[in-house]
Amino acid sequence: MTDLTSLTIAEAREGLASKSFTAVELTDAHLAAIEAARVLNAYVLETPDRAREMARAADEKIAKGEGGPLAGIPLGIKDLFATRDIRTTACSKILGNFIPPYESTVTSQLWRDGAVLLGKLNNDEFAMGSSNETSCFGPVTNPWRREGSNTTLVPGGSSGGSASAVAALLCMGATATDTGGSIRQPAAFTATVGIKPTYGRCSRWGIVAFASSLDQAGPIARTTRDAAILMRSMAGHDPKDTTSVDIAVPDYEAAIGKSVKGMKIGIPREYRLDGMPAEIEKLWSEGAQWLKAAGAELVEVSLPHTKYALPAYYIVAPAEASSNLARYDGVRYGLREPAKNIIEMYENSRADGFGDEVRRRVLIGTYVLSAGYYDAYYLRAQKVRTLIKKDFEDCFAKGVNAILTPATPSAAFGIGEKGGADPVEMYLNDIFTVTVNMAGLPGIAVPAGKDTQGLPLGLQLIGRPFDEETLFSLGEVIEQAAGRFAAPKWW
Amino acid sequence: MSVDATTVRRIAHLARIAVSDAEVPHLQGELNAMLAFVEQLSEVNIDGVEPMTSVTPMEMKKRADVVNDGEIADDIVRNAPDAMNHFFLVPKVVE
Repeated sequence: MTDLTSLTIAEAREGLASKSFTAVELTDAHLAAIEAARVLNAYVLETPDRAREMARAADEKIAKGEGGPLAGIPLGIKDLFATRDIRTTACSKILGNFIPPYESTVTSQLWRDGAVLLGKLNNDEFAMGSSNETSCFGPVTNPWRREGSNTTLVPGGSSGGSASAVAALLCMGATATDTGGSIRQPAAFTATVGIKPTYGRCSRWGIVAFASSLDQAGPIARTTRDAAILMRSMAGHDPKDTTSVDIAVPDYEAAIGKSVKGMKIGIPREYRLDGMPAEIEKLWSEGAQWLKAAGAELVEVSLPHTKYALPAYYIVAPAEASSNLARYDGVRYGLREPAKNIIEMYENSRADGFGDEVRRRVLIGTYVLSAGYYDAYYLRAQKVRTLIKKDFEDCFAKGVNAILTPATPSAAFGIGEKGGADPVEMYLNDIFTVTVNMAGLPGIAVPAGKDTQGLPLGLQLIGRPFDEETLFSLGEVIEQAAGRFAAPKWW
Repeated sequence: MSVDATTVRRIAHLARIAVSDAEVPHLQGELNAMLAFVEQLSEVNIDGVEPMTSVTPMEMKKRADVVNDGEIADDIVRNAPDAMNHFFLVPKVVE
């Protein structure tokens, strides 16, 4: 039965329709795989009873010919998405044992379409991190290892549990969120496909907020097609999120296999960093050649403000986080530390409940928004953000359909290897992905090759607003050329 | 710009996060590393540039001014650390 876990969503959909296996069998295979892979720490909560109940319901619907687009497909859900009556913590001690009395819009749409909840996935605390090391449940292990080495590597972050679970066949796909690269960087580190849709494409309602003008939900899956299938269910207008956009959701899967002939692909010169590893350079030019061979035209483009995206992000994101996280006060939910007056109660609860990275960001955010510093930091950063967005707009106005870049500056690294002395060292992981969040654009990371140590590397495609379809078409071309990569099972 | 120990304590109080004296030097170093990193923004010419206020150019939707939710007091207090009769309880604020 274990081979059921290696199917893609598209293959499982076929197998369920042709009655080769049942949704219950498919779910049971995944539950067994999860149990055998606890060493990876990908799940922070397993929900086997709920999973079997949902799978049985899916089987009944499939038998009656009423199965939805995801009927019986078992998924993992990042612990940032509120799930009704199921513990949701954002992997923070401050949310300890929070049981939401409501369901996030994105997950409710997945259940509407018949998907099965396997459990909640690990992530960096409040999605702040690039290695999944800041989770209060401890780090996640990447199923990938360097050739001939037993060193434990990070799966990237913040959606590290999602990426690790998808790569290790512990779910067929997973939800994730991306504020500065949190879908695309872990996807690149685990040879999975991850897409951050255009800001406004997926409802943020019921997702624990980090930085509201940057956060966006998206899927992580094993193929471009599977990511497209999940996207269709996750996307859509929601009156409960005023930034959610009221435009029709296309059939993203129809974009898979569509010709990319004549498309203009921008290669931005500012992404060619000094000291960039040769293997990243090589991967990037290989990817460009694959797209060219498929009929696309390569054009060099310039995005002059690229280098300012990461510093501007580290003003905007902490500022918004400090304001969003003000709600954790020990009064309405979450951790409360006893104290003799209310101010001390707030201060002690928040000191005990937030981890180091979250505390650091709340403090820097508080500082840049404080009286006398707002103009110098926050206002300036929001102006720089306008310039970053304009760079992309100028590029698209010249007829460029999408932009090709590396997804990350390196392959996965070891646990405890980065950011110990200087937090900025960790932040540099998002150097290629963060521009996309600052401009609100869609970006996809697809596996494209391996480094000299046998670790996966990914390429990123950046698209025009609400043109995720082009990213799926181009992503598929890279997937066809590069092939798929599976982590050898050692756990 | 950089922050001194007094500023670190002031920010921590504004953020309502208790910080012990022993933690201040360490936090000060980390915050200054972040501030040094974002310092490069000062070289960007932002004359006449509008700050970004909306990621996607769109008009803010407004819902009809009607009651469409409520009567869920049990749900609201369900996760409270301390509650009584649908009220949240906190340490005494008014003498």
